[in-house]
Amino acid sequence: MTTKTTLTRTLAAALCLATLPALAQETGDPGPAYVQSALAGKKVVLIPLALGFDLAQGWNHYIGSEVRGFGGVWETRDPNWDTAAGAQAITDLISSADKPAALLVHTPDLTSYSKLFKRAQDAGIFVIQVDNRSNFASDAFVGSNWETLGELEAKAAVAACGDGSSKKIGLIQGDQVNSSSLDQYAGIAKVLKDHPDFEIVGAPDSNWDVTTARTVATTLLQQHPEVCAVIDFWDNTAAGTAAAIRDAGLTDKVKLVTTGGGEELDCKALEDGTFHAVVMTDVKGQSRDISALLKFLLQSGLKPGQAKSWLYTLETATTKADLKPGTCWSLKDVQAAEAALAK
Amino acid sequence: MSVLKSGTLSQERIVFLFAVVLFAAYAVFLDGFLMANNLVAILRSVSVLGILAVGMGLVVIGRGIDLSMVAVMAMATAWQLAMMNAGTSPLLATTIVFAGVVAVGVANGLLIAYAEVPPVFATLASASFVFGLVRSRFIVQDAVPVPPSASFILEFGQARLVHMPIEVVMFAVAAFLSFLVLRFTKFGRYVYYMGDNYQAARTMGIPVRPMIIGQYVVSALIAWLAGLITAAGLQSINTRVVNSTLLYDVILVVVIGGIGLSGGKGGMRNVVIGALLIGIMLNGMTILNLPNIYQNLIKATILLIALVIDSRLNPRDEQVGQQGDI
Repeated sequence: MTTKTTLTRTLAAALCLATLPALAQETGDPGPAYVQSALAGKKVVLIPLALGFDLAQGWNHYIGSEVRGFGGVWETRDPNWDTAAGAQAITDLISSADKPAALLVHTPDLTSYSKLFKRAQDAGIFVIQVDNRSNFASDAFVGSNWETLGELEAKAAVAACGDGSSKKIGLIQGDQVNSSSLDQYAGIAKVLKDHPDFEIVGAPDSNWDVTTARTVATTLLQQHPEVCAVIDFWDNTAAGTAAAIRDAGLTDKVKLVTTGGGEELDCKALEDGTFHAVVMTDVKGQSRDISALLKFLLQSGLKPGQAKSWLYTLETATTKADLKPGTCWSLKDVQAAEAALAK
Repeated sequence: MSVLKSGTLSQERIVFLFAVVLFAAYAVFLDGFLMANNLVAILRSVSVLGILAVGMGLVVIGRGIDLSMVAVMAMATAWQLAMMNAGTSPLLATTIVFAGVVAVGVANGLLIAYAEVPPVFATLASASFVFGLVRSRFIVQDAVPVPPSASFILEFGQARLVHMPIEVVMFAVAAFLSFLVLRFTKFGRYVYYMGDNYQAARTMGIPVRPMIIGQYVVSALIAWLAGLITAAGLQSINTRVVNSTLLYDVILVVVIGGIGLSGGKGGMRNVVIGALLIGIMLNGMTILNLPNIYQNLIKATILLIALVIDSRLNPRDEQVGQQGDI
């Protein structure tokens, strides 16, 4: 009897001892431990066209914070607008001993990196294409649907011109190889089909260079001073187009529509009338999409190349009337936050 | 020079003729090409290119080449604007950048004149160095805007002299001053001697080494001027220009205009003619709505034709054969 009681007591005590810490550890939520095992220490590398412009710095900050936040390793490579350097960076990462779990790549054109993406996936690396699509459908694309974006620009330009105007529009395109340029053009053409009275009177390329944009825009305005709106395919080059409009003394007559990363400079240019409308990429939201996708892919058990998805960022055409505090994000703040992290 | 005197077709004349023919063809076939504003726009579009070509021309005549010009142009200006954005007074920022630009020119000159590194390699290396240093240490992004406080820079960009945009005026001034220096000063004549025959010039007692340093300092300062003019017009400077084809366009203007890469030949007139040809060509192609890739193809084809005609009409002589081109 006594031995039995002692035994029972000892057993009960042992059970208590065994269960107590277990109860403290498991709240019944398997999430944290699973996330820890799936995400901790996973390396994610961002390879933008260059790190030195607003979108890339926004991604670096907003996605980087999330990746560091879930215990991952965040790295960037800066090809500085050099396609070959970007290809080299991807190749090195694929063959490195410490392979990344995912690559976020801002592709320069439709084809250059396609084979590399396939190789990365074969090596077990998820490939997410950001902002510019290529001909290769990798694990995911996150960015603008550039055709929709072009439609928004065209609608903004048509509205800016109005019924009583010349209904002549000029385009300053990027180039003829980059999907963001080709698809924007397709979107604009689509909208103008519904407005047959509107006409594109010139569509030179800036080759993404601000000085070239200024030169070709000067020529365009010289040939067609009656244009009521110009659509420039990038806010960076639109600075050159704006200079051309200013030089021609047409600031009040020609409305400039463009697209950009929604950085403060965009809002400033809307405020002072340099830009009439900017189709803004919501960098914060886009970065959040990419972060969520990373968390999903790395936990999903999916193998690279097994599934495909396209996450289009919601775009809106913003005009001066839409401006509110917080419409734009500040590169200065982002840089200050990154500098504080580096310390 | 002797080719000109003997009255045969020099490359300069061919190019000039070509520019005239092209101009006439555009004038006839393209509506709006001949309008005064379009002609001013052509001049303006090649002004920065022309200013850079003035500096490059000075160096090439002295048998050198300065591949760091576009890097100096963009990075010096970007650094200056970045300092001004951070609250440094314009005068102090300008002084610091002036010292930096002179230092780059002196370094180029020292490497070439004293360390005897070929100019192509010395300036290619210094271009990367200047870009890397400024990009990594002094500026945080590609595009640096002119600060709102520096409204004088913007006003300068808007200024006009006898209806000519300030860029055109500055190109004219730079070309004319360089013409005067080359033609009427001892320094200028020595540059020709040096470019024609370096060893002979040295034996004659011309201070060739300090002169080389002087040349590269001047080209660096001219590059900086081109950057300031760019920033004044665009209200910002974008350092991406370092990766563009601008440097090759500058060399194109110099070579197509007829300043031989073997040195000792040509003058500012060649630079002006070369720049005008490029300007007329690009303007017409833009009016015709030709995509950029075709524009580059046509530009390259014309350069090749010019070089072939030049080498047919002006075969290499023994001296060039011995010394070699760049």
